Amino acid sequence: MKIVACIKQVPDTEAEIKWDIPKGVLKRDSIDTITNPFDEFALEEALLTKENYDGDIVAITMGPEKADDVLRNALALTVNEVYRLTDDAFAGSDTFGTASVLAAAIKKIGDADVIFCGKQSTDGSTGVVGAEIASILGYSPLTYVSKIRQIDAANKKIVVERAVEGGTEVIEAKLPAIISVIKGINEPRLPNLMGIRKAAKVAIPVWNADDLGIDKGKVGTAGSSTKVVEITVPPPRGAGEILKGELDEVVNIVTDKLIDMKVIK
Amino acid sequence: MANDVWVYIEHKGGNISPMSFELLGIGKTLANDLGSNVCAFAIGENVGNIANEAFSYGATKMYAVEGEVFKSFRSEAYAKAATFLLDKYKPEVALFRATTQGTDVAAASAAQLGFGLCTDSIGLAIDGGQIKMTRAAFGGNFSVTVVNEKAKPQIATVRPKAFAMPEKDASKSGEVVKESFSVAEGDLNTKVLEFLQSEVTINLVEADIIVSGGRGLGNEDGFKIIKELADMLGGAVGASRAAVDSGWISQEQQVGQTGKTVKPKIYVACGISGAIQHLAGMRTADCIVAINKDPEAPIFKNATYGIVGDYKQVVPKLVETFKVKLNK
Repeated sequence: MKIVACIKQVPDTEAEIKWDIPKGVLKRDSIDTITNPFDEFALEEALLTKENYDGDIVAITMGPEKADDVLRNALALTVNEVYRLTDDAFAGSDTFGTASVLAAAIKKIGDADVIFCGKQSTDGSTGVVGAEIASILGYSPLTYVSKIRQIDAANKKIVVERAVEGGTEVIEAKLPAIISVIKGINEPRLPNLMGIRKAAKVAIPVWNADDLGIDKGKVGTAGSSTKVVEITVPPPRGAGEILKGELDEVVNIVTDKLIDMKVIK
Repeated sequence: MANDVWVYIEHKGGNISPMSFELLGIGKTLANDLGSNVCAFAIGENVGNIANEAFSYGATKMYAVEGEVFKSFRSEAYAKAATFLLDKYKPEVALFRATTQGTDVAAASAAQLGFGLCTDSIGLAIDGGQIKMTRAAFGGNFSVTVVNEKAKPQIATVRPKAFAMPEKDASKSGEVVKESFSVAEGDLNTKVLEFLQSEVTINLVEADIIVSGGRGLGNEDGFKIIKELADMLGGAVGASRAAVDSGWISQEQQVGQTGKTVKPKIYVACGISGAIQHLAGMRTADCIVAINKDPEAPIFKNATYGIVGDYKQVVPKLVETFKVKLNK
């Protein structure tokens, strides 16, 4: 089975974020970065799928040279192959541009059966790239997946559980399928020292727009329909009132204030 | 009309709730500013009951695609029908709720139309004839305003509860435009085998009141105390990542950057320190009540009301007091 994992490098969720305000893009080079937390679940599910059903894993990421870090982490976790998708023309891609580049890479890899990605990134948090890739490639869209029940590679079928509002949907789908996974689907493992050492020495292959056969006018800033026009820092909520005094008194005040909101029925 | 505002009405096998119609409120505001109309659109096996409700919540027209193949929700089938409608009528903008269903249909339709989309909008306004969509990024530390210049229609998903519910007027009526469009079962890749109803009765994202617990609860039993208050208030139970990762409560209940983003009217945080990742999921609540033993906990900097104390004493006291005051 051919397994693909789409992963993204994101700013450390604890890091201070800096924007290039005139361009409306993130200053990614000056920030501590990590593998997108949701993509760790995607990588782990790819590893589990490989262990349970056999196969090879290819991990891809779109990003600058620094994004090699997340690919090396994937290699250290025993992913078989990695590719970084980098081209000046990709910069400033919106979700559709990003999905188009990833879709082109998945096609170039060829014969993928299952493609894993995280539900969303913790930086842009759009949560739509997986569904867009599926739509572009015409593959089964399996989003918000909380469990893989069964993969039947010979008959090109998969059964998964999806966590949706109000419950769990059990879906049978044809392969290939794009599977976006939620937190809790597994417990991501950590790479071991030997894996890290081995991965450190690997030269990361890069695919650019020409390698992927991408029309440069259709991706990046040039091809993206959505454009950031303003970035602001929302005003802080502002500390409210710390209620001091005896518990009875404090509780009396808070319950009155909440009842006055006329929300409690 | 070509600059109409369309609102996607989500349902589950024909079942709707008032929340299905919430975007008709902001849709109408945008349509007024554009000098156009707000229209509903829906896809399903039979959406007749949806039309009347949509009109009473303010839609002037409803566009529909019906058929047996649309009996249960499948994003690929629904997105094909939505794309057909959006491509044929080319409204100015189509709004979807940022739920799992709304997001899937919006994303797949936008991709079919070849455009990007704006997701999880919390602000929508017309400025010089252009729609500006504002969303939170990086856990709400930044507010980003996006335009979608080249796209027609523009597609946006909107955070549930970000805008007020429209007024309901059952005397209103409108026109239903049914389009014949179908997808062959054989052309679809997915099949719904079954639906397993969650044991959790109140959906976190839709709840007006949420009582949440964090690491400070100390153990799983703490959530029994939390649930008593939530039940008393008719609210949902939430949790911080620390509580979920400790295995005290299901992941479904997690609020925050790797959990759900919520916008309740009242959010009661018990034993939650207030890490930025948690704040990312709940800082837009109208009123935040924080209960924590540590007076230095960052949650107090974001709370409307803070109570420094042990939740084991404070929460039962709240339950007891509400019980008396609410005559329950």
